[in-house]
Amino acid sequence: MKPSLFLLIITFMACDIYCQVKVDGRVKDNRGRGVPGASVTIKNSYDGATSDSTGRFTFSTSEKGEQIFTVTAIGFRAIEQKIIIKDPVTLVFSLKEQLDELKAVMVTAGSFEAGDRKRAATVLSSLDVVTTGGANADISNAVKTLPGAQQVGDQEGLFVRGGTGAETKQFIDGTLVNNPYFTSIPDISTRGRFSPFLFKGTVFSTGGYSALYGQALSSALILESIDLPEKSEIDLSVSPIFVGAGTQQLAKNKKSSFGLNYGYTNLVSYFNLVKQTPDYFRMPQFHNFDGNFRIRTKHGIIKYYTTYSNGILGLRRPDIDSLVLKDAFGLKNNNFYNNLSWREDIGGGWRMNIGMGYSTNKDNLEQQVQNQENVHQTSFPDKPWLQYKNFGLVSRQDLTQARVVFEKKLSGISAIRFGAEDWYSVNNNKYNRTDSSLKDNYQAAFGEADIYVTNGLALKLGGRFEHSSIIGKMNIAPRASIAYRTGVGAQVSFAYGIFYQKPENQQLFVTTRLGYTKATHYILNYQKVLNERIFRVEGFYKKYENLIKTVPLNYYTATFNNSGLGYAQGIELFFRDKHTIKNLDYWISYSYLDTKRDYLNYPGEIAPNFAAKHTASLVVKRFVTKIKTGFNATYTYATGRPYYRFVYDNSGKTFSIGDQGITKPYNNLGFSMNYVPSIGKANSKLFYVLVFSVTNVLRSDQVYGYNYSYDGSYRQPVNPPAKSFYFIGAFFSWGVDRTQDAINNNL
Amino acid sequence: MKSVMLSVALLIAAFGYSQSDKFSQAMEKNLALMDSAKTDGEYKAAADGFERIGDAEKTQWLPYYYAGLSLSIDGWKKDSKVDKDENSTSIKTFCDKAAAINDNSEIYALRNMALTQQMLVDPQSRWQTYGKEAGAALQKGMQLDPQNPRLYYLQGASLFNTPEQFGGGKAKAKPVLEKAIQLFDSAAPKPLNPRWGKNLTADMLAQCN
Repeated sequence: MKPSLFLLIITFMACDIYCQVKVDGRVKDNRGRGVPGASVTIKNSYDGATSDSTGRFTFSTSEKGEQIFTVTAIGFRAIEQKIIIKDPVTLVFSLKEQLDELKAVMVTAGSFEAGDRKRAATVLSSLDVVTTGGANADISNAVKTLPGAQQVGDQEGLFVRGGTGAETKQFIDGTLVNNPYFTSIPDISTRGRFSPFLFKGTVFSTGGYSALYGQALSSALILESIDLPEKSEIDLSVSPIFVGAGTQQLAKNKKSSFGLNYGYTNLVSYFNLVKQTPDYFRMPQFHNFDGNFRIRTKHGIIKYYTTYSNGILGLRRPDIDSLVLKDAFGLKNNNFYNNLSWREDIGGGWRMNIGMGYSTNKDNLEQQVQNQENVHQTSFPDKPWLQYKNFGLVSRQDLTQARVVFEKKLSGISAIRFGAEDWYSVNNNKYNRTDSSLKDNYQAAFGEADIYVTNGLALKLGGRFEHSSIIGKMNIAPRASIAYRTGVGAQVSFAYGIFYQKPENQQLFVTTRLGYTKATHYILNYQKVLNERIFRVEGFYKKYENLIKTVPLNYYTATFNNSGLGYAQGIELFFRDKHTIKNLDYWISYSYLDTKRDYLNYPGEIAPNFAAKHTASLVVKRFVTKIKTGFNATYTYATGRPYYRFVYDNSGKTFSIGDQGITKPYNNLGFSMNYVPSIGKANSKLFYVLVFSVTNVLRSDQVYGYNYSYDGSYRQPVNPPAKSFYFIGAFFSWGVDRTQDAINNNL
Repeated sequence: MKSVMLSVALLIAAFGYSQSDKFSQAMEKNLALMDSAKTDGEYKAAADGFERIGDAEKTQWLPYYYAGLSLSIDGWKKDSKVDKDENSTSIKTFCDKAAAINDNSEIYALRNMALTQQMLVDPQSRWQTYGKEAGAALQKGMQLDPQNPRLYYLQGASLFNTPEQFGGGKAKAKPVLEKAIQLFDSAAPKPLNPRWGKNLTADMLAQCN
């Protein structure tokens, strides 16, 4: 063979191994910045390189001709490009950001989240809601440690940013909860009906909430119930004030579950030990039953929850207008609540959420004026007006509702949502011998779009249409918000919205010639999250219009109109730190609220009696691993609330202020301890917790306001029924261990 | 002519041999990169190199395993700046790719480390989810190969780092780590297969006394 041919063959083969082409270049993002850690590879070969901190890469390849280059980087969409290799090759790859729900910015203006999802607005975990010191595992009380919520202990409800308790509505899985609190007694607030263990997520909105919800001028508490439990279990709770037992059964195929619970509350032993100011002639006693089932469907889940509660109580307090008489107030309550929800992915990127609810609540209230011997008095020769303090009221509220929401994911992580709901409510009142009835058919249609321009810029636009048959009026309300990432872990968001609310039932019973009350919200928020610390500052302005005003007709009767107005503005701060001090988790809230309103019998725009100018809370949690005990303390301080005595002048049919003042500041140090011996033992069948908690450890004198006697000569402070509330209880849970199933299913 | 044909034949033979050796060489090269890596970027580069081998070969589980292992070693480093959730998601993706070819106990050991790193982000909230899954991964690995020393090392490490009150502690860890050492000593891993862990086990065992 010719030597030249031999040489040629050798050169060819050697070239296969040794003829390398140099490939270098840069990977950048759509703003021209280098992307480090990007992997550039020639498909189906070993050749490639990873970009350095400036986005540059370099490697050699023996591949020839047309090749496919793939470029991948975390957080970006992978690309493929056909490139012809000829020595040398310099390439520039431009990557587009991957829109990722977990990394995308989110509107946090006016929104706090409690749950275990890693989202921008999440400030509390579901464990926090249960363990916050002094909150007694009541969701509303835990929420009161966040900025925006006022410390109103004498009326039921959440009073947010200068709004009344009625301006906050609660929703479970999208449907409205008509009676979220146990029926309250005058001057005493009550706890919520639902246990925090039922929920996997809570959104506490202090304003500017989504178009999917309405009929709340100030705030929405949006609760999402848990899906299937992890295992079957039997639960038992024991304490001096209640006992409870229940079970949760999870099917073997883990596709369905059902649960039943019964609880009995009786305060007789507690009231014998801890003296209460009122004289309880009928010890508070409650029976609570609840049941649930959950069924996993092909691409979704059906959840049903029902609760029935029956309660009685009766208390006697000295009558403010007499030195010898007493007011005896008795209450019987029956409440039945049902919620059915169905969430399903129906293909093509569509998700359907259907919700239905039926609830009925019946309150039997009675007040008797009694003498020193507790005998009912019906005749008052020198003060005939005392007869009005004898009354009986049977009140019944029924609500049937249906709701459907469709959601479609668009390109990236953008989405649109739209839906409709119908609330049919029947409210019957029998006051002494007078019957009245209210029926309302309320409909709403709503739509909303989440537009993610990039992971750092998100817009939410929505609108809501509402119609109420009882007032015969409709409204259209816009909602808009925007969130913008300003730096690592930092973002700014702004929310705007108009909110309408029907007048309250007490007002509608008198006249239905009323319109919606209205509030316009403007909220601006800055938030920074870094290293397990979160800092938020928020400013808001709320304009109230068409509030309900009382129009007196004569001494005894009045009607209403919508001529009221008002405003609320302020600044709030929130800071949570789990990092700085070892094993210590704490958060600080501060709210500044400046609000005035002219509504009901107010003679003009004055500061309402449920708003304090400054409110601050400090919550501290510490878990001592050695003794498996968690210690939680909450200290809340609020400056005084205004109180007024309104005087009615029949000649001018006006109200004026006869006396006014500001209560002393409010102080409350709450403390709780939970001993969790079975923590960390992943395989133990028995899980139990011992809880001890006290409110108002310092026994401060808490004055929520004042009640005036009829002639105004005497003023009595409104205090809680006892200075402190003590609680001790044990919670047991026996589970059927399904760890083996977890091994087989998850891996 | 004969000598030319012989030389050509030898060359072809040599060329052919180096084709199947190409895989081993590339693996050894990346293993060296992984062992000498110090920064997040270097560990990512080693992992990417293994991923290229795995994608090109399509029938080998080891490249994907080592890609995940490289990211996992980076995840343990104190000065690493990677997002642990993202990093562990990447490791789990490599585990899935490796398991699709050959599901074995080494991959479960790797899964255990990825899950443990995620749990450590927030142990108080995450021990019930990621912590439990990590334990389950070790159990599954032991079902597949009860003689894998790395599984025992990881189990011992978990006990070592769990407070005594929660059922862990040095005393509980010691016998498990000792069993791991025995298995390391009697192990005869095939070329390129995982052999790491004896030094880590010995260091931890020394702290148990």
